[in-house]
Amino acid sequence: MTFWPKSRTARRRLTILLAVAPVLALAAGLTLWGLRDSISLFYTPAQARAAHVAPGRAVQLGGLVLPGSVVKHPDGRVAFAIADKQETARVSYQGDLPDLFREGQGVVAEGSFDAAGVFQAKRVLAKHDEKYMPREVADALKKQGEWRGDGAAPAYGKP
Amino acid sequence: MTVELGAFALTLALALSLAQAALGFAGARRPSLAGAGEGAAIGAFAGVAAAFAALVTAFVVSDFSVANVAANSHTAKPLLYKVAGAWGSHEGSMLLWCLILTGFGAAVAAFGRGLPAGLKSRALGVQGLLGLLFLAYTVFASNPLARLAGPPIEGRSLNPLLQDPALAFHPPFLYLGYVGFSVVFSFAVAALIEGRVDAAWARWVRPWTLAAWSFLTVGIALGSFWAYYELGWGGWWFWDPVENASFMPWLIGAALLHSAVVTEKRGALSGWTVFLALAAFTFSMLGAFLVRSGVLTSVHAFAVDPTRGVLLLSILGLSSGAAFALFAWRAPALAPGGVFAPASRESLIVLNNILLTAATGAVMFGTLYPLIYEAAAGAPITVGPPYFNLVFGVLMGLAMLVLPFGPLTAWKRGDLAASADRLKLAAAVAVLVGAIVFALVSPRKALASGGVALGAWVIAGALAEVAERTRAFKTPWPEVRRRLTGLPRGAWGMTLAHAGLGVFILGACYETAWKVEAAEALSLGGQLRLGAFELTLKDVGTVDGPNYLAERGRIAVTRGGRPVCAPEPERRFYPAGKQSTSEVALCNLGVSQIYVVLGERRASPDGGPAWLVRSYFNPWVQLIYLGPLLMALGGLLSLSDRRLRFAVGRKP
Repeated sequence: MTFWPKSRTARRRLTILLAVAPVLALAAGLTLWGLRDSISLFYTPAQARAAHVAPGRAVQLGGLVLPGSVVKHPDGRVAFAIADKQETARVSYQGDLPDLFREGQGVVAEGSFDAAGVFQAKRVLAKHDEKYMPREVADALKKQGEWRGDGAAPAYGKP
Repeated sequence: MTVELGAFALTLALALSLAQAALGFAGARRPSLAGAGEGAAIGAFAGVAAAFAALVTAFVVSDFSVANVAANSHTAKPLLYKVAGAWGSHEGSMLLWCLILTGFGAAVAAFGRGLPAGLKSRALGVQGLLGLLFLAYTVFASNPLARLAGPPIEGRSLNPLLQDPALAFHPPFLYLGYVGFSVVFSFAVAALIEGRVDAAWARWVRPWTLAAWSFLTVGIALGSFWAYYELGWGGWWFWDPVENASFMPWLIGAALLHSAVVTEKRGALSGWTVFLALAAFTFSMLGAFLVRSGVLTSVHAFAVDPTRGVLLLSILGLSSGAAFALFAWRAPALAPGGVFAPASRESLIVLNNILLTAATGAVMFGTLYPLIYEAAAGAPITVGPPYFNLVFGVLMGLAMLVLPFGPLTAWKRGDLAASADRLKLAAAVAVLVGAIVFALVSPRKALASGGVALGAWVIAGALAEVAERTRAFKTPWPEVRRRLTGLPRGAWGMTLAHAGLGVFILGACYETAWKVEAAEALSLGGQLRLGAFELTLKDVGTVDGPNYLAERGRIAVTRGGRPVCAPEPERRFYPAGKQSTSEVALCNLGVSQIYVVLGERRASPDGGPAWLVRSYFNPWVQLIYLGPLLMALGGLLSLSDRRLRFAVGRKP
């Protein structure tokens, strides 16, 4: 009982600390644990190639939908290619594409590469706004010197 | 002409906000000026209302010489969406924000008769400063009433995804919630200036918090419902930055609701309550910044503009920075309130607050971590739903476990063993429900069954509290009935809100764990299996809508050959914006739903036409929306309690 302070204020402070500390510790622990598997890095196809993304690792793949690459299979599977200036990556997606998915437009696909190097997308994002270019895609393309600003026709990867 | 009058009224409102701020602060010292401050508050509201009416008129008559109308409206659009288009864009929604902000200021001026003159005058002054900041932003940086030099003949129309009844009403409710916290913020700053936070202050703050929180609940539920059936992904919550932006003020608001009760009833936690009052509106402004600046990639955000983002961040930094600096300076001087034992209702509410704020912190960290990471490591990342589900789920799960104890434990010094004794029946019900779900529902899922049990625990716990108050099962029925009718509305509100939370947990856990998904490209007459159901594509026809063309599929849903329902999903094409959207068809089966999306037409293997039909069976999904509705109703019921009338202050 000796460590229990005598002053009322000090006692109150210690009680509050004792109540808050475990919750904060729990929250911090969970946060670190949760972040391990939930962070997905963004790559364009060229960056993904350069970084040797391990198969099965959750990442986001962004770029422009290569015109002419979209194939819709009868079983609902869709195959298309995402391209930047230097590389293209094949993407396979089971599901309904967003309504604003178009050839030549910027998209971000969430998923992982399989052993064969095909990107298995779990979700494909295009935006509500048809003029929209995902920010990461715009930044990455700007770095590659491809960005022509809004409205200009974008150039594509390997023909 | 109307538009110019509107623009003039808006500028006038800006000037009146300045007057309101000056007169409000001066009026706290010289009572003769306080009335003028109140007049300015009502005048500012009238000015913004006139500007808003002008904008709505411009949308209704399709005046395409107004830039905002030309960008977001179209002559062929139905009337509801012409009106809703007024707040469908960035500029219009900021005007709605200002309308509600000044509206709340006017409400304080008009209905706050029982408030002490000094507090009221200062709160109006702070509200005036907030109005000044946001109106200046609207007038100078995002004027919704700006004219175009060369007006187009036809407008570009509102994004078709936003042309939906749920989304037409989503922003007004959401903003009533977001901006409702501005009143609480103003009261907190005023109290800090006066250096006095007492039970009376908490009693004035509670109704505003309740109102804002209830509206925010409805707003978030509407937004989630919209995402559920309009985006066509079958999910209702994606832990997207924009969703989190609305959820953080809600969590803080919920914490504030509870801590304000402690401050009102027991005079304790006053500093903490003020802190939460400041934090709630800070999170509202943070949300406005995140949604409009485009710093985070989101599936649903406004067309973004970095300059505006910087301005909004400055407003956030200025108002919250000043308020928290004031808090740091004055809070230590606040009188400490009543003491309470570790086992008491106060302690349980403190625990609730710790868990809610920790959960808010976790959501905030997950939302902002991509920004931090990109600034530090230079690579863009996203934080996925597993993070949020884990951290938020565990913290809230703990809060839910503790929740039923709160109302059953006495103030000041309680007896947790006695509370546990009263909750025996509720615990038994929860365990039974969890066990039944675990045993009967296939596939077997232990964690989800536990979640369902938790939902049942919260509902049963809320009912156990009513039973305890009315001494049900212990006294004869007439006595119980007398006690039931005698319960104050605030008590019913609390029961309803807690039970609503339980209903939500039931739905959220069950739907997430046991939803079934199927997708296939179907030719006419083709069949798709969805769990126990069969879906047959009968026919696809074309439909001529008011401002769209659509393909409409007729689908027969059967279960073991017996017809269940006939959903008719559509795929709409809007020529004005050259966009197509899917109109999901929903079949209600009790509280569950069958969700059908008609996808694009594509070639079938035999060469004929086929349509991608995607379908979900979402069991118990309606509970997810019923729950928040009950919570909001609970909040409004409490608000109607005689003890919480705005004018309370005089002894009844």
